[in-house]
Amino acid sequence: MSAISTEKLTKFYGKIPGIRELDLSVKEGEFFGFIGPNGAGKSTTIRTLLGLIHPTSGQASVLGMDIRKEKSKILSRTGYLPAEAVFYPGMKVKEVLKLSADLRKKDCSREAASLCSRLDLDPERRVDELSFGNRKKAGIIAALQHKPELLILDEPTSGLDPLMQQEFFSILRERNRQGTTIFLSSHILSEIQKNCSRAAIVRSGRLIACGSVEELAKTNARRVTLRGRIDLKGLEGVRNVRQTDSDMSFLYTGEIPSLLHVLSEGNVTDLSITEPDLEEIFMHYYQQEEQDL
Amino acid sequence: MTILKHELKQSRRSLLIWTGSIGFFILICVFLYPEMKQEMAGISSLFASMGAFTAAFGMDRLDFGTLTGFYAIECGNILGIGGALFASLIGVNILSKEEKEGTAEFLLSHPISRFRLVTEKLLALLAQLVILNAAVFLLSALSLIMIGEEVPWQEISLLHFAFFLVQIELCALCFCISAFLRQGGPGAGMGLAIFMYFLNIIANISKNADFLKYITPFGYAEGADLISSMALDGSMTAAGMGLGIAGILCGYLKYCRKDIR
Repeated sequence: MSAISTEKLTKFYGKIPGIRELDLSVKEGEFFGFIGPNGAGKSTTIRTLLGLIHPTSGQASVLGMDIRKEKSKILSRTGYLPAEAVFYPGMKVKEVLKLSADLRKKDCSREAASLCSRLDLDPERRVDELSFGNRKKAGIIAALQHKPELLILDEPTSGLDPLMQQEFFSILRERNRQGTTIFLSSHILSEIQKNCSRAAIVRSGRLIACGSVEELAKTNARRVTLRGRIDLKGLEGVRNVRQTDSDMSFLYTGEIPSLLHVLSEGNVTDLSITEPDLEEIFMHYYQQEEQDL
Repeated sequence: MTILKHELKQSRRSLLIWTGSIGFFILICVFLYPEMKQEMAGISSLFASMGAFTAAFGMDRLDFGTLTGFYAIECGNILGIGGALFASLIGVNILSKEEKEGTAEFLLSHPISRFRLVTEKLLALLAQLVILNAAVFLLSALSLIMIGEEVPWQEISLLHFAFFLVQIELCALCFCISAFLRQGGPGAGMGLAIFMYFLNIIANISKNADFLKYITPFGYAEGADLISSMALDGSMTAAGMGLGIAGILCGYLKYCRKDIR
């Protein structure tokens, strides 16, 4: 069964499109990355799945339940961390966590205490006195303390220091091993590459690629880095050229024989041809999409 | 009832301040009565001969020299205006504050239906109005006992009940406005309360504007009418409550379908 499934899911804010005909499938138990820059439609997708906003058209189900008909049941089995965690002023962290647990009709005190300790958050502190990072921690604990089957995390690491990010991902990996499906929305590609098994890339509200992180990285694009100088004129499929006095680097999607010919004609003293990292792939998809549009 | 409890906890300070303020001013007003009673013969005729101003506050139909007349005008105005402002403010903020303060996302990502959320928030509004009115009523009765007057239970009960209904109606209308707003609208709430208050003054001054009493809730809470008839005007009250119910239904419909941003 799919943990998340959408079919031509569309949301317009008046005449402005948020997401357009989004087809997405996240399997149960997956650690899934949802990549896109700000304004690509990541938060709109999440908010639609959680029933905060209503879709204009299309279908979606979460944990096998329709998002329109069974919203409360979906939310009882889901944990959500918004991009910006905001709580009621004047409340202590422990009161916010208790409120969240009470709204779920559960006693999560033991798990909350354990998570507070692991994330180094003092539950006695008032939420309005917390830094952005500590507010984020409180949000993470509120999303995790009831041990949900599905975790939806929107830009979870913003504000967390590197050590806390490490601990946070360690908790997520533990939960994932226990069977929790994790849907991680982020524009930080390294954290997707490091943690997710599959990912989808969105742009301007449309899904432009979806597959395993390995598959996504396996494009025909290659990063060519060389010492010396070659003439790139006439060579098709060259992008993202970086040049210094002695070095050249570019992303190549053209024919290999043509590249080899140009390299042999040039003045090359050192050469490496590597698979690009996810960041470069991401840029590759985006530029490809731009050309298609 | 988690949201109801949470709302009451969040609003306890403002409820205490408003209850204390309204109660305090009524107390002061009642304490002034024994002194004013001595000079009432002159004052009553003065107040009764100020033309439109006299009519505007219903002093042409009430004897300012009697305890019930004095209470209906002075204390009625304090509870009338103060209570109306409080009811409008809490009503207009109850739903919109979640979006304004950014807590809507936290609250609505929990397994609670919008219908349930709105219902518990409405109950929280009702509870606040009941607490404020009960406390003010007790304080008023206590202050009357303290000045050695016999408490006119029927009259003050009717007055306080009428103002409670005014607050319910205004609160319901502002609750409806709140469902449409994305930013808190205290200005809209207070504006509505003051607008309704002045509509009643206009209706009191001009016979041609009498129909306004069916629009403003202050129409059925007019102290002069209540004390003279010892009853609420059925048709005005029904019109007001109908408007309030329509506001609540409209608020439910809007909020249950609203996109939370």
